[in-house]
Amino acid sequence: MSKSYRDGLPISPENFVDQLMRLKRGSIGRRDFLGLTGLGIATAVMAREIGIMPTPAFAAESLGDRMSIATWPNYHDPQTFENFKKDTGVAVEVNVFGSNEEMLAKLQAGASGWSLFVPTNYTISTYKKLGIIEPLEMAKLPNFDGTQEDARFTSEGTIDGTIYAVPKNWGTTGFAVNTKKLAKPMTSWKEFWDTAMAEGDGRTMVHDYQLTTIGNALKYYGYSFNSLKQDELAKAEELLLKVKPHLFAVSSDYQPGMRAGDAWMTMCWTNDGAQLHRDIPEIAYVLGKEGGEIWTDFYAIPKDAPNKPAGYALLNYLMNPQVAVKEHLANGAPSTDARVNKLLPKEVLDNPILYPAADLLTPLEFGAAATLTDPGRAELMARFKSA
Amino acid sequence: MSAGTGTVSMHGNRFRHNFLTALLLAPATVWLVVFLVLPFIAIAVFSVGERAPEGGYQAAFTLAQYANLPARATAFWNTMVLAPVGALACLLVAYPVAYYLALQAPQRWRLILLALVVIPFWTSLLMRTYAWMYILGGRGIPALLAFVGIEDVRLINTPGAVLLGIVYGYLPLMILPIYVSLERLDRRLLEASADLGATPLSTFLGVTLKLSLPGVMTGFSLVMILLLGEYLIPTLLGGGKVFFIGNALVDLFLQSRNWPFGSAIAITLVLVSVVVLIVANRISNRVAGARRVDLI
Repeated sequence: MSKSYRDGLPISPENFVDQLMRLKRGSIGRRDFLGLTGLGIATAVMAREIGIMPTPAFAAESLGDRMSIATWPNYHDPQTFENFKKDTGVAVEVNVFGSNEEMLAKLQAGASGWSLFVPTNYTISTYKKLGIIEPLEMAKLPNFDGTQEDARFTSEGTIDGTIYAVPKNWGTTGFAVNTKKLAKPMTSWKEFWDTAMAEGDGRTMVHDYQLTTIGNALKYYGYSFNSLKQDELAKAEELLLKVKPHLFAVSSDYQPGMRAGDAWMTMCWTNDGAQLHRDIPEIAYVLGKEGGEIWTDFYAIPKDAPNKPAGYALLNYLMNPQVAVKEHLANGAPSTDARVNKLLPKEVLDNPILYPAADLLTPLEFGAAATLTDPGRAELMARFKSA
Repeated sequence: MSAGTGTVSMHGNRFRHNFLTALLLAPATVWLVVFLVLPFIAIAVFSVGERAPEGGYQAAFTLAQYANLPARATAFWNTMVLAPVGALACLLVAYPVAYYLALQAPQRWRLILLALVVIPFWTSLLMRTYAWMYILGGRGIPALLAFVGIEDVRLINTPGAVLLGIVYGYLPLMILPIYVSLERLDRRLLEASADLGATPLSTFLGVTLKLSLPGVMTGFSLVMILLLGEYLIPTLLGGGKVFFIGNALVDLFLQSRNWPFGSAIAITLVLVSVVVLIVANRISNRVAGARRVDLI
């Protein structure tokens, strides 16, 4: 036994301070996501005590000295925001979310305070319809080059020829399996759900997110991921209710459970799959052969953004390929920008988690706008969760 | 004349008195109106409205949201079970602690021990619950068990974990009122009971427990009311698998954006809480008040 007792310790003092600083800089792992509020208190207290909270530096007048961004957990290289602050004097406050519904809810309620946010492809048309976003002023984004973007992933940011949002990265929704605990090779959503009720009993997680949890249950029967048909949704509900008692958790915060070994299998997004596999090689990422979701996350600026100049400045900064490449290395999701792909190392471009084989990609579907606002799917999810 | 003057000055006094009272009550009144009455009215208005097609609120006058309440019957039922069971579990743990603090602990330790009960309250419940997530999670107790050869034990995301979190989280709220009622207990009653031949057990049941019932009922209803709106602990320690009315509310506002239905549930929950409080008060008064014993 060469293991030091320290290996089993929850966290070393040095590591704690590192993590804290990382959180402060705005890099939030999905594992940290729910803890954010709690640790935020620790940060605030400690900052006051030992002065790690930076005093707002003298900043370029037109940009102000702070702005907020709403994004997903573990989605940015923390250094990006540090560097942006160094260059512009604008401190970036990062808010992380677990579902597009939650982001929409905050924006609908008004006064979100965000100057930039990261909606997923299928929500953009709804944001436009509700007047929550406006066309982007492309003159303020010289770093963006539409000709270099992969059109497969970027079309939903443009509505009637007007650009409302520009892409950040794309990805897929599959599942992660701890192959030490569940050795049987799996290739389909059918196997995912069946295993959840057998060998994976009490050890399987599904998202707390109607789009993917209902969508992947629909795939069990080969229906469309986006189905709104009553009879198909009824079948999916039947499956979900049958699986429910066997689940470990209904949560989009699945990295802690997988890392601690409590959960052996979970629905999973590309970037989390890449991170889990990188740190724990026995965790594999699988795309269901029946299909499932493919997605693109975009950047957009809310109409009521309190600091639009800073929002544009940060967005333009993020569109710089030199900056974006670091973002992709940190979050693990593939880029839509050919200029960025040229800068990525070969082992990243060869990673099958990021770039699945064509036959696995073909059946995948982009989420449909109607699922976001459909009361039927929302109620189905509520019945599943309360069962 | 003199009588008239007297009346005037009496009126003046009363006016001054009333004015002073009103002035003193003003801050609390403003607070209640702004943070309780107005939001409550807003929610009441929302609750008779309709969900807009993309979510949110759309003006209407309909009772459809209330008619739809059975759609969350499971969540209501889960809450109605959790609240009393959780409060009871809390009581069973809290009573011996309060008893020890009030009647057994040496005087000089009492304050320190009381402080130890209260100090965890200075930390956010979220952080303390997160600590439990770690302790019960795979790298906590199960890792220790694996070390001695018991593999693959799962403690987190079980009903037991939720119950543990609830007892832990709300314990001080139960201990303090019971402590107060026990601490005020006239010890001569205990001696009298013993002198009259009662066994320690019947003294406890007939005197101590009975006289501490107001504290028990206060703690019980306090914890129960909070549990009616509980959502954090079941979400974190139960893995989001058990769905309480608090979880239903969060989902309705933050996920499906059905404000009117969420408002109808919120109103119903407030009414249920009020009823619970009234019933608890009645029981408490009947049990404790009717059998009040005073030596004098």
